[in-house]
This record gives sequence, structure tokens and C-alpha cells, in this order.
Amino acid sequence: MAAVAQLQRQFIEYTTSLHNEGYLDDQFTQLQKLQDESNPDFVVEVVSLYFEDSEKLLNNLATALQQKIVDYKQVDSHVHQFKGSSSSIGAQRVATVCVHFRNFCEEKNLEGCVRCLQQLKQEYILVRSKLEALFRLEQQIVQAGGQIPMME
Amino acid sequence: MGMFSRRWRSPEFDDDDVHVLAVDDSLVDRKVIERLLKITSCKVTAVDSGWRALQYLGLDQQQEDDDTSPPHFVNVDLIITDYCMPGMTGYELLKKIKGSATFREVPVVIMSSENVLARIDRCLEEGAEDFIVKPVKLSDVKRLKDYMFGTTTTHLHTSPPNHNNNINKEDKATLNKRKLQEMSDASPSTSTSSSSPTLSPSPSPS
Repeated sequence: MAAVAQLQRQFIEYTTSLHNEGYLDDQFTQLQKLQDESNPDFVVEVVSLYFEDSEKLLNNLATALQQKIVDYKQVDSHVHQFKGSSSSIGAQRVATVCVHFRNFCEEKNLEGCVRCLQQLKQEYILVRSKLEALFRLEQQIVQAGGQIPMME
Repeated sequence: MGMFSRRWRSPEFDDDDVHVLAVDDSLVDRKVIERLLKITSCKVTAVDSGWRALQYLGLDQQQEDDDTSPPHFVNVDLIITDYCMPGMTGYELLKKIKGSATFREVPVVIMSSENVLARIDRCLEEGAEDFIVKPVKLSDVKRLKDYMFGTTTTHLHTSPPNHNNNINKEDKATLNKRKLQEMSDASPSTSTSSSSPTLSPSPSPS
């Protein structure tokens, strides 16, 4: 069916662009490979957990940086966690900001940390909206009776 | 990877599924490792801390070497744990397991997002079987399972545990059909977890 083919093409183009622009890396493709008929929602499930986790971490970070005396170890610990989960799902740009953030933590540079937190929020919001768009596209394909193309 | 691995094989090993205890404080990572292990036909018990792992193994009381303690029927073939965890690190968990009469023979694999040579050495010296750099990929888990448990029955009693670096090609023949289609993806040369660790220039917090 032409409609399905068009949706599938869109999916491939969108996924490719997300990789080219660095939003997603190979680890995301790895996760997609773990999805099959017995676990058709695996990626959405993992990514949903990531969204929940991320939002908690962002709140914790905001709170930690607002303290009169900032506990940089604590801040670093949150960022380390965020970096880990971002790497695990392939959210490359988020993970990269985390690396810079950790450097500022080590230097106890409050301004740098606050800036990074802003960047982190932005990158997180971006990747979240892109992933949500990707999942919507997948849903459309499935509803139209098609199969989600396997990306290499 | 070869320099870190040693073949381990339980003499009682049969064709029942391999049971893996996975330890990671990250919910996202637990979900991923669980799926990776299940897809390679392992049974998985996933816990969120070192303490829970010890609880599961019955090692949380100080009686692991006490003959009068009640017998446990926990059968674990492999323990895979994250290194950086609040409370008890994977390294501390490793020490406790290796210090236990019941579980010291169970292979323990450490996972870490940080590729720090000193950390890797420390873990191996303490008896870790292998060290995987996160994020964990399917090829990492397959490789692990293959060299630890992927033997044909002809290997069980005839060949001694070998310490060579190469994945035994004959082990691949025991892979079931579902895994075969992914063989082309599992290329040892691209698996970063198996490459020689680079010296980390800056000290990283544990």
C-alpha cells in the first residue's frame, strides 16, 4: 500500500537524520534490535523509563544547585546517573552535555554547572520530542498494517 | 577482550537455562540488561543494589561459612553487576561473593561506564571473570555467554578449561537458530568492551 510505503520512507529518513544530527547513536539501534514480536514495545518501555528517570534527575539537579552550599559530589552523582542512562538508550547529545557538566562539578564551578543544567534541559527536551515523534510514526505504520523498517 | 577472559564451566552444567543475577541501581540499565540476557536465553533475576543481591544469595547474614545455617537453594550461574552503585559498589559486592564458600565459584562480571585500567585491574585481581564497558550491547552478552556456557557436550569432559584468548569457533555451532541471524551483527572487532583499556588521563570518581 502506497500509504504504508510512504510512512516507512518517512521513518527511515527521520531515523537517519536523528543519527546524522547526533541525537541518537548506535546504542539506540542496538535497542531496536532487541525488539521483536514477543516484545513489541521494548524500546518505548525503556525510553519511557528514561524519560521518568531524567525528569527526576533534572529536578534533583536544580534543587542541588540552588543550595546555599552546593554539594558538588551530589551534583556529580546525579549527572553521572544521567550520563549513564542517556548512553544506555543512545541519547548522545544529552550524554555529551553530561561530560562537560561533570568537568564543571570537578572544578566546583557553579556558573558552569548552572549553564550545563540549562543545556541539559534543552537537549533532553529536544531528544524527548524527537523520540516521541519517532514513536508516533511507528504507531502510524503499524496501524496502517505495515512493518517498522529495521535500521542498520 | 581476550586478555581478561578465562573459560569457566560448571561440572554439573546441563542444558537448563543459565540463571543470571543482574545487579544495577539504574532502572533503565536493569531493563536493558534483563532483555539482553533473556534474548540470549538466560533466566534473569534483576536487583537494584549490592545489598539486595546479597539478600537474594542469602549472604546478608554473617553466616555464609557457617555449616549450621539452613541450606539455600539459590542456583545462580553468573552474576553481572554494575561497578558504581550507591551504598555498596560492584567491587565490594564482588569481594563479598568471592569471600563466600557457597558462591565463590560463581563467575562475576563487572559493568562500568568508565574504562579505567586501575579499576579493571582491581576487579580482575579480586576474581572478576570479565569487565564490560557500558553501554552493554547484545554482542557483549553473547560473547560472555558463549565462552562461559556455550559448549557442546563433547567439550564438557574432554577439554580442560582453556585460557586462550580466542572464542572457540565450535562454541558458535551450539547457538540456536534465532541467534544465528544476528551473527553477522556480532563482530568481535567492533565490541569496545573487549578492546584493551586505555589509560584514563583524569582521575574519575568511583
